[in-house]
Amino acid sequence: MGGIKKGLNKKSIITALILILVYIILYYMIKTRVINPYKSQILIIIGINIILAASLNLILGFTGQLTLGHAGFMSIGGYTAAMMTLKFHLPFAAALLAGGLFAALISYLFGLPILRLKGDYLAISTLGFGEIIRVIIVNLDFIGGPRGLAGIPKKTTFTWVYVITVLTVIIIYNLIKSTYGRAMISVREDEIASEAMGINTTKYKIIAFVIGGFFAGIAGGLYAHLIMFLDPKTFGFLKSMDILIYVVFGGMGSISGSILSASILTYLPEVLRSFSDLRMIIYSILIIVLMLFRPEGLMGSKELSLNTFRKLSNTGSLKRGGKK
Amino acid sequence: MDFLNFLQQLINGLSLGSVYALIAIGYTMVYGIIKLINFAHGDIYMVGAFIGFYSVTLLKLSFIPTLILAMAGSAVLGVIIEKVAYKPLRNSPRITLLITAIGISLLLENGFRFIFGPNPKPFPEVLPAKIIYLGPIRIGLIQIIMFTVSMVLVLALQFIVYKTKVGKAMRAASFDTETAQLMGINTNNTISFTFALGSALAGAAGVLVGIAYPRIDPYMGIMPGLKAFVAAVLGGIGVIPGALAGGLMMGTLETFTKAYISTKLSDAIAFSILIIVLIIRPAGLLGKKTNEKV
Repeated sequence: MGGIKKGLNKKSIITALILILVYIILYYMIKTRVINPYKSQILIIIGINIILAASLNLILGFTGQLTLGHAGFMSIGGYTAAMMTLKFHLPFAAALLAGGLFAALISYLFGLPILRLKGDYLAISTLGFGEIIRVIIVNLDFIGGPRGLAGIPKKTTFTWVYVITVLTVIIIYNLIKSTYGRAMISVREDEIASEAMGINTTKYKIIAFVIGGFFAGIAGGLYAHLIMFLDPKTFGFLKSMDILIYVVFGGMGSISGSILSASILTYLPEVLRSFSDLRMIIYSILIIVLMLFRPEGLMGSKELSLNTFRKLSNTGSLKRGGKK
Repeated sequence: MDFLNFLQQLINGLSLGSVYALIAIGYTMVYGIIKLINFAHGDIYMVGAFIGFYSVTLLKLSFIPTLILAMAGSAVLGVIIEKVAYKPLRNSPRITLLITAIGISLLLENGFRFIFGPNPKPFPEVLPAKIIYLGPIRIGLIQIIMFTVSMVLVLALQFIVYKTKVGKAMRAASFDTETAQLMGINTNNTISFTFALGSALAGAAGVLVGIAYPRIDPYMGIMPGLKAFVAAVLGGIGVIPGALAGGLMMGTLETFTKAYISTKLSDAIAFSILIIVLIIRPAGLLGKKTNEKV
């Protein structure tokens, strides 16, 4: 990986320490039931959604390719991983990896012809792709067809999800900071100009697509071994829309924005559960209102990092520029 | 016999396709003018069906007044959505607009689910379920009416777009909004009018489908909405005749795959054809290839 610096500097040691500390705190809170099983389940789902959002952000936010079929890759990964544990009794890590790799392979085969399309035409083809995957799964009887795939052992634990989420974020973050990432951002900013600068735009689009597909597949595997049941209906158009909303809501081109919004938007419907029937209405109104008042998303394209906190504490009372 | 079966399927396909075409035209017009994939469009079609349902059951109206009421109601709803949710975002990135449209779509679906309940409602019989025999071919009266009403509406639209002043303004605005504004065209009103027209057509489609497949529910707009959108892209998005052709093609394709290949795979085949067409002709069948400006 191009972006990982040789030797550890101070900043990454601090980050690592914070991550380990957060893990230990959360782990003991779950173990001592301060966080009850219901809430820890939500925590795990938040992790899975962060992986999905970060992987879509790589394709949409950094490479600028609008795809509406991300749930398709998730379902490929989920079904593959589930079959690996069910039929071949592979260890969990191997099953997850197999799911991710198969999703990556499919996204390569699909991306090769389709990434020549631009903008809305690309969007509609990926939407079609997601639907095709769903219909194919419904028609494959050996993976349960329309009945869904049941009896998957529960192997996804908080530790697994935490480690994989952190790894995903670190890998994608470093990828973006590398020469690959700069090439991807240049494709987003201006495809023709970057092509004129000698960047093989198709190559970078496909790299983003394949890596995004890989992590979506991993997330699918985690999901399958958490819920223990796969229903093809789960991975429809609406699931892809959910992931898309995480990315845009958090800010396209901001990984920390994706983390933030995936956490908020996963937790929010659970908080609203007491409103039962009104829950989804409130959720949709919140999305509309937030988009109207903050069109660039929560974070815009900025990243939240240690520096942000340092700056905040240094400037103290100084506020950001007011409204013009 | 095979040929007759073929004709029979063709007729079924065309009547289904005419409904797709009605929805697709709304997509295409809105896209043409503000470059937005209006994901709430399928739900406006659902609202049209509900307005139709209540004007038949509560107001005891007959077919034509029901249709007109549903079209008017949908048009008003379309304009309100445009004014409240899309207009403030006119200068934002397009993806923001897209998410807002998805939000509106979720709001309409869940709002209607909350108000009217999730269960499908049987649509009362407005038109006699008569079947006309043309030799060995059976055509439902409803199918004929579906096709005729759709075609009349499409012709009326064509007239509005090409023969009236407001139509001229619409074409100008979709060609270049800024220049149209410089020429003294009130683009805001023109965009609202476009939404009204598109939504009215979707509302009409909702009533027609409600009558033909006599049940309606809050989620009925999702799949036809998606397919109509595919139809619009297939025909070349932004081009009205393209949406008509795309809609009719989608309808016939769907019935043919259901009849000859597989019922279960029909959606997958429809989307595969879309992807293949786009790979060969990236701007759709009737779409113009635009040169990129550097």
